Amino acid sequence: MHQMTLAEIARGLAEKKFSSEELTRVLLARIARLDPQLNSFITRTDDLAIAQAKAADARRANGETGALLGAPLAHKDLFCTQGVRTSCGSKMLDNFTSPYDATVVAKLAAAGTVTLGKTNMDEFAMGSANESSHYGPVKNPWNLEHVPGGSSGGSAAAVAARLLPAATGTDTGGSIRQPAALTNLTGLKPTYGRVSRWGMIAYASSLDQAGPMARNAEDCALLLQGMAGFDPLDSTSIDEPVPDYSANLNASLQGLRIGVPKEYFSAGLDPRIAELIQASVKELEKLGAVVKEISLPNLQHAIPAYYVIAPAEASSNLSRFDGVRFGYRCADPKDLTDLYKRSRAEGFGAEVQRRILVGAYALSAGYYDAYYLQAQKIRRLIKNDFMNAFTEVDVILGPTTPNPAWKIGAKNNDPIAEYLEDFYTITANLAGLPGLSMPAGFAGGLPVGVQLLAPYFQEGRLLNVAHQYQQVTDWHTRAPQGF
Amino acid sequence: MALDRSDVEKIAHLARIGLNDADIPRTTEALNSILGLIDQMQAVDTSGIEPLAHPLEASQRLREDAVTEPNRRDAYQAIAPAVENGLYLVPKVIE
Repeated sequence: MHQMTLAEIARGLAEKKFSSEELTRVLLARIARLDPQLNSFITRTDDLAIAQAKAADARRANGETGALLGAPLAHKDLFCTQGVRTSCGSKMLDNFTSPYDATVVAKLAAAGTVTLGKTNMDEFAMGSANESSHYGPVKNPWNLEHVPGGSSGGSAAAVAARLLPAATGTDTGGSIRQPAALTNLTGLKPTYGRVSRWGMIAYASSLDQAGPMARNAEDCALLLQGMAGFDPLDSTSIDEPVPDYSANLNASLQGLRIGVPKEYFSAGLDPRIAELIQASVKELEKLGAVVKEISLPNLQHAIPAYYVIAPAEASSNLSRFDGVRFGYRCADPKDLTDLYKRSRAEGFGAEVQRRILVGAYALSAGYYDAYYLQAQKIRRLIKNDFMNAFTEVDVILGPTTPNPAWKIGAKNNDPIAEYLEDFYTITANLAGLPGLSMPAGFAGGLPVGVQLLAPYFQEGRLLNVAHQYQQVTDWHTRAPQGF
Repeated sequence: MALDRSDVEKIAHLARIGLNDADIPRTTEALNSILGLIDQMQAVDTSGIEPLAHPLEASQRLREDAVTEPNRRDAYQAIAPAVENGLYLVPKVIE
């Protein structure tokens, strides 16, 4: 039962082969048995799940239908969930029970989904290895000595290990696509503004975007359908109609123009990954796609610009954690400044403190033009590169990551080495474009992802290309041993 | 330009993070290596380029000036570290 995809679950529930409650109980037992090996959950919500499953079964008995009615999933522990601890992977919010639901949580609950729990993540979504969590690192089910990627590492490990069919994630610099690549999943970061950020604990507001993580493109389409849409509560939400993301999955790729940037095949790329990317290009050519070399000349400037914009926005967003209204407060503060300083020093982990400090410096008097403004200008250069490329091609293809999953602890003493793992993913956040990672093979027994990028609001195109690729390849169906 | 100890102390004060004395050398080193990465930006010619704040260039929406939120003070204060009579408590500011 645990092997089923969201689409298979939807069919099984519609045909009354099993109830949502039966399925939910099977998955909860599986999580209880296997998750101690992975640490992919911060909070399990068994009672809530059973109640939601019973309610979904009752709605179905009353004649209601819906692809997500009774579908089990989990939320990254960054989405506020009313009445449930929402920790964001931080000691700062270990005691925080959210008084309201994020729009994504509310929309999916209204569609009838069943929440099995809240998944582990890098603290405040800052990391690419899921090692900075206050609740300990998450293990990659493909090799328990390796990281699952981050920051949505708990969602990735849980779905890859067949603990559940799909989960929500968020992506500020690659935090959906990179862990999806490292655990053999399909993950989609939508266009900036496509999914509401209301109730998502903010990291870098001009980059943050929520999206689906699942085992194939068909399931990502179903989950995205339940997440996307205009929300007046999110000031940067875009009021565009939401298409039917499943409608064009089967469209032919005949004549599809795929651009492969020459800058992607640089010295930092593992040659085994380069080979698998070329093989995925060949498969798509067999399906009728036309491949063309393109150029993204400002690609190399993306990481420096990102590590100004993201920390600057983080230093502003995270100023709300002050030990006064919610979250961690230090013991026996001697005055107000001591309360602020010690609550934040004791509540935030090392990587979060580093990024706040970098951001505070970049925004401080006299440095704003040289850092934040310069980074925003580079951001436009990067966007312009994409706009030029999309006059010639329909999608851009390349590796999702330069390397497969590394060993837990291998990059702990070198934040820069971990930052460079986001080389291929962060441009989509800077430009606000939708991006998808899908399985493309294995290197040394570890999964490798291929990334597709498309123009604004063309999530459906990405899902179509991935789904067609998944009709002629079986990488995405491979399961890790022991799970 | 590399940061020194006093720079880091000043930044930490601005960010209201109370660094331990013992952590300052390590933090200084980490910040300098991150700034080394960031400083690669300075070589990029951006003359005549407008900064980009919102990827889709959207501007802030306006709405009617009307009350839209219910009063949920009790729910919000239930999760606060210290409250009294509907007020948030902090150490005494004025002697």
